[in-house]
Amino acid sequence: MAVGLTLIFGVMRVVNFAHGDMMVWGMYLAWLLATRAGVDPYVGFVACAGALFVVGLVIQRVLVDRIVAAPHEMQILLMLGVALVLENGALVAFGPDPQRVRSPLSAGTFWIGPIFVDVARLVTFALAMVLTLALYLFLTRTDLGRTMRAAADNAYGALVIGTDVRRVYAVAFGLGAACVGAAGALVSPILPFQPAGGLSLSVASFNIVIIGGMGSLPGAFLGGLLVSVAESMGAVFLSPSMKELVSFSLLIVILLLRPAGLFGRAAA
Amino acid sequence: MKWLVAAAVVVLLALPAVLNSYAVTVFIFIFFYAFLGQAWNIVGGYAGQLSAGHAAFVGIGAYASALLSVQAGLTPWIGMLVGGVLSAALGTVVGYLGFRFGLRGFYFVLLTVAFAEVCRIVALNTDAVGGALGYYITFTGNPRQFQFQDNRAYYYVALGLMLVATAVVAGIERRRFGAYLIAIREDESACEALGVDTFRYKMLAMVVSSFLTGVGGTFYAFYLFSLQPNAVFGIPLSVEIVIRPIVGGAGTVLGPILGSFILSPLAEAARVYFGQGGWSGVHLIAYGLLLIAVVLFLPQGAYPALRRLWIRTSA
Repeated sequence: MAVGLTLIFGVMRVVNFAHGDMMVWGMYLAWLLATRAGVDPYVGFVACAGALFVVGLVIQRVLVDRIVAAPHEMQILLMLGVALVLENGALVAFGPDPQRVRSPLSAGTFWIGPIFVDVARLVTFALAMVLTLALYLFLTRTDLGRTMRAAADNAYGALVIGTDVRRVYAVAFGLGAACVGAAGALVSPILPFQPAGGLSLSVASFNIVIIGGMGSLPGAFLGGLLVSVAESMGAVFLSPSMKELVSFSLLIVILLLRPAGLFGRAAA
Repeated sequence: MKWLVAAAVVVLLALPAVLNSYAVTVFIFIFFYAFLGQAWNIVGGYAGQLSAGHAAFVGIGAYASALLSVQAGLTPWIGMLVGGVLSAALGTVVGYLGFRFGLRGFYFVLLTVAFAEVCRIVALNTDAVGGALGYYITFTGNPRQFQFQDNRAYYYVALGLMLVATAVVAGIERRRFGAYLIAIREDESACEALGVDTFRYKMLAMVVSSFLTGVGGTFYAFYLFSLQPNAVFGIPLSVEIVIRPIVGGAGTVLGPILGSFILSPLAEAARVYFGQGGWSGVHLIAYGLLLIAVVLFLPQGAYPALRRLWIRTSA
């Protein structure tokens, strides 16, 4: 049910190749908190989100801000550089072995009728839903959220009416990073993780975002659901190791037929 | 300029006489990655179509020539061309889909990554090519099977590959084809408006680029003698291919070579000094930092900057 989390990815509009690596850092932070300070990841995710908010803010201010006007390619390369630094920084700091956070909740399971339910997964899913809903409300109901959508829609127009677009971008980037950090911390009791997983997480989340539609929150949610259902079907009908094949094939088809995604508006 | 290039080639030809075996190995990697970078340069540098899936072409070329050699006894000297053609076929498919459906920028990057990942997963799950265990070639030391006892032979093959690719790129740049590619990179819509068949030229660039990369796959296979799907089709190899021309100067003839001369020794040094004790990621951190620095301060790469410096100091 790691699906529930991936929906959070949808908000970020900057092409962020460091996405998965930020998530890995979120997982490691949760792991550090759990092992060193004994904080349960279901509480610690708040701290992880906070830490990654700062990281995202700094990356945006120091790096991305300088090349917002540059061609798309340059942004991709820049974020690729950031991804390499983050991923291998984690490798140097934590070593290559997979880790897993133990939470008292992950031991508990119960049955609802015929369905076998894992408490940890349930809590993760529920928290992910709450976070997504909060994010959705933030984007649609608050002033800052509205400005953010305005700046994303038409940066020049937002600038004309007096928005500090740079500040909005910085907050958006930080918030995106915070979501990833929280997501990372939340899945850390469910999924084993290692530094090398960052890139595939990035690719998987792009997958979901593209399939669901760039910048569309419900799209990301449904995209996540669709991808995971498709992957499980692939695992059942082909073979477990082939499940990624299904999602990549899905990605290729969607890219070609509906580059704006299933629920996105037409791409510029 | 011509004399300088000729002199450099002569020096490189003579170099193995004085280098020890380890230094020769370093140079082999410099040449090989310069070759791959040069091949990428055609579509990524000149035409500005950022492909992040070039590892797929290396992998196809490598597996094709290795399988043909081991299973059918076909010499890799011919298998190399077969691998190139197969890679070019995949390049045609990727290019056709990407360009026909008008995927630009980020979407094209994702498409190329997706294709490379599909290749990787298929290779991982196909037992006939070794699956997850990888595919191994037995060393016989027979030059007709592209296997050499002497490291220096590989040196000359790698040097030859690099020079051929560079000659191809230089030839493209001088022709109308190169001018079209640069025009497409700078402003595709304007180019189209002027009546240039941008689709055709992008396709051609993709085919040439993927063919060369596929040929490089043979060298990979018969230099390392083992093929792991995660290594030959993986995103990290694509990054290695892309980063050299970017750092050296994408869309210039000498950029990929310069980039490889900067990065390959750097990677090697990081591996030697930090390779032990869990520091194995250090050379990739260095790549990342360098990539960030290049994007921020030298968006055109090192070669154009050096040339400007050269002109300024000599004037």
